[in-house]
Amino acid sequence: MWDWQYARSILPKLLEVIPTTLAATFAGFIIACLLGLPLALAKRSRMKWISIPVTAVTEFIRSTPLLIQLFVLVFVLPQSFGITLSPFLAGIIGLGIHYSTYLSEVYRSGIDAIPRGQWEASIALNFSKARTWTRIMLPQSIPPTIPVMGNYLIVMFKETPTLSAITVVELLMTAKVVGSASFKYVEAFTLVGVIFFILSYPSALLVRALERRMKRSERRGLAR
Amino acid sequence: MDWLALDLLPPLLKGLKITLLLTLYSIILALCFSFLAGIGRLSHSRILRSIVAAYVEIFRGTSLLVQLFWIYFALPMLLDIRLSAMTAAVLALGLNYGAYGSEVVRSSILAVPKGQVEASIALNMTPYQRMRRIILPQAWAMMLPGFGNLQIELLKGTSLVYLITLMDVTYQGITLRSFDISRTPAIFAWILILYFVTAYALTLLIRFAERKAAAGRG
Amino acid sequence: MSQIIQRMDENEPIVRYRNITKSFGDHIVLKELDLDILPGEKIALIGPSGSGKTTIARLLMTLEEPTSGTIEVGGEMLWHMQRKGNWVAANEKHLHRVRSKIGMVFQHFNLFPHMTILRNVTEALVHVLKMPKSEANQRALEILERVGLKEHTQHYPAQLSGGQKQRVAIARALVMQPQIMLFDEVTSALDPELVGEVLDVIKGIASEGDMAMILITHEMDFARDVADRILFTDGGLIVEQGTPKDIFENPESPRLQSFLSRFLKGQSELQADTRIAAGTE
Repeated sequence: MWDWQYARSILPKLLEVIPTTLAATFAGFIIACLLGLPLALAKRSRMKWISIPVTAVTEFIRSTPLLIQLFVLVFVLPQSFGITLSPFLAGIIGLGIHYSTYLSEVYRSGIDAIPRGQWEASIALNFSKARTWTRIMLPQSIPPTIPVMGNYLIVMFKETPTLSAITVVELLMTAKVVGSASFKYVEAFTLVGVIFFILSYPSALLVRALERRMKRSERRGLAR
Repeated sequence: MDWLALDLLPPLLKGLKITLLLTLYSIILALCFSFLAGIGRLSHSRILRSIVAAYVEIFRGTSLLVQLFWIYFALPMLLDIRLSAMTAAVLALGLNYGAYGSEVVRSSILAVPKGQVEASIALNMTPYQRMRRIILPQAWAMMLPGFGNLQIELLKGTSLVYLITLMDVTYQGITLRSFDISRTPAIFAWILILYFVTAYALTLLIRFAERKAAAGRG
Repeated sequence: MSQIIQRMDENEPIVRYRNITKSFGDHIVLKELDLDILPGEKIALIGPSGSGKTTIARLLMTLEEPTSGTIEVGGEMLWHMQRKGNWVAANEKHLHRVRSKIGMVFQHFNLFPHMTILRNVTEALVHVLKMPKSEANQRALEILERVGLKEHTQHYPAQLSGGQKQRVAIARALVMQPQIMLFDEVTSALDPELVGEVLDVIKGIASEGDMAMILITHEMDFARDVADRILFTDGGLIVEQGTPKDIFENPESPRLQSFLSRFLKGQSELQADTRIAAGTE
């Protein structure tokens, strides 16, 4: 059933698109990171006219499928607003916006975890609000969230096949094209699965190790 | 009332019915796998533990869409069987979210205080009774928030079945669009709203279950 | 034949520890322990924390497996069974059978938080002893009345005080009618003013029962009042044992002497408070 020779012959074609897949992952991740922080701050804002609509919109994005959001970017944007994006650009923007709502929660938990005393000390030292955020709050709140961020990077990597629906030529799309040419789907799709596993599993192990280390140092911190 | 585009609703609701059925079947299957794998991972048998770990890591380590394609396109060729799109979709979603759910089950079971197991041993309960009467009821309450998040993810994941031509709400939307491209914005607005309302209903369901599980324990 | 005679003999021990060693990794908690407990005998284990007293009880309750040595309960091996003439490690079925003679009350109560007080007490009657529900409820109500908690049967553990929780835990173990009951520092997690009510319940049980008891405790007065025999453990060994009179009035070993002097000094003030608060004096 399994044709080694055929598998070997299609492997280069699949390996060729790994860079595209990784580029989409990282570009999407950067967008999500950059967008997630202001979203987190807006959701925590004491001004209700900011926090309520932002919370509502992020909840909406989080509870609806990425696939539909991608379709909105490639079908609705050109028609209603005259903005035409390349599939790749639409893909990373969609991926980035979708996961920025997840990352905003991560940022928020990081910020909420900082003891009140840090705020109070900054006020006592008469720091400006901007300085308090950039020098005191964020440097403390971001490092503990790194393992969770890493997790989302892996999640986003595994989400890239969805971009094939808007014709981004990534791994799954390539496999489908290759497979349909010869009607041999077993090799093509299995190889894609194996590639995903080989790339994501070691990263997941790394993130877990990081997580354990963080927890240990946290406990030490508590003991002190 | 034209701008509401209510005439789009009947075909979309027909698709939503498939989406909801698919969600229901997949949640049931995912729950089964969650418990089997979650408990299996805590078994004394090393062989069972490694089989379960392999299942969980493989399904968590690859993409849902890749799994869906593999089950729908590759598996039938490999085994020489026919799989309907619905069966393939339920299998993929159930296996994938079952793998994630098993971690919820496992960590919740481990979070039940050790004293509870010891007390049930001291009362001479059998291992099955300990699990069934003491550990699982307490772990269940801890699993619910995790399950709540996963079922929203599962619902969103069902949209991918459009790519294997199952006629869910997404598929219906794309079909409607092919009839009249000018209505694209209204179609997608309705699809998004339908998903959001469904997700919200699922959230309310989990909250209800959480309240019930916490009842009386103050 | 010999086994039957053994069981009928009043002075034949119901529990025998023989050459029991227990270690966790490199750390030895019990060293070659020998201990016999007679039916109905009340034994108090005292000693510094980490001296191995809790492990003695946990080995008997099958919560911990001995590293070497044997334990017999009612003339039957606990951790070993015979298969084709060879002694092998006991399986769950064997443990289940022998364990039915033993009950235990824990330091942290370990009540089931998802069940009412009544169900905490009836759960094992119904599912382990397969007793009809109505009969189980009847038995549970009798025993809850005895520990003074009749009005709380429909409450959940979270709604009770520590002392009440511990009395429920005692009722839950007692209702199974074990031949040996283990009390593992049952008052250590309680606020001082709640200690008295729990100790009184245990004293009541001790005075009427032919049930053997192992009491691990830091309450010296209680040990003196209730125990037939007191064992002082330190460093994984039974350093000294004897009647309460021997132990408290004529401690021989220097280790016991220093333990008692250290302990009684700190304890005397505390206990005076406790008794006044609990209204037992």
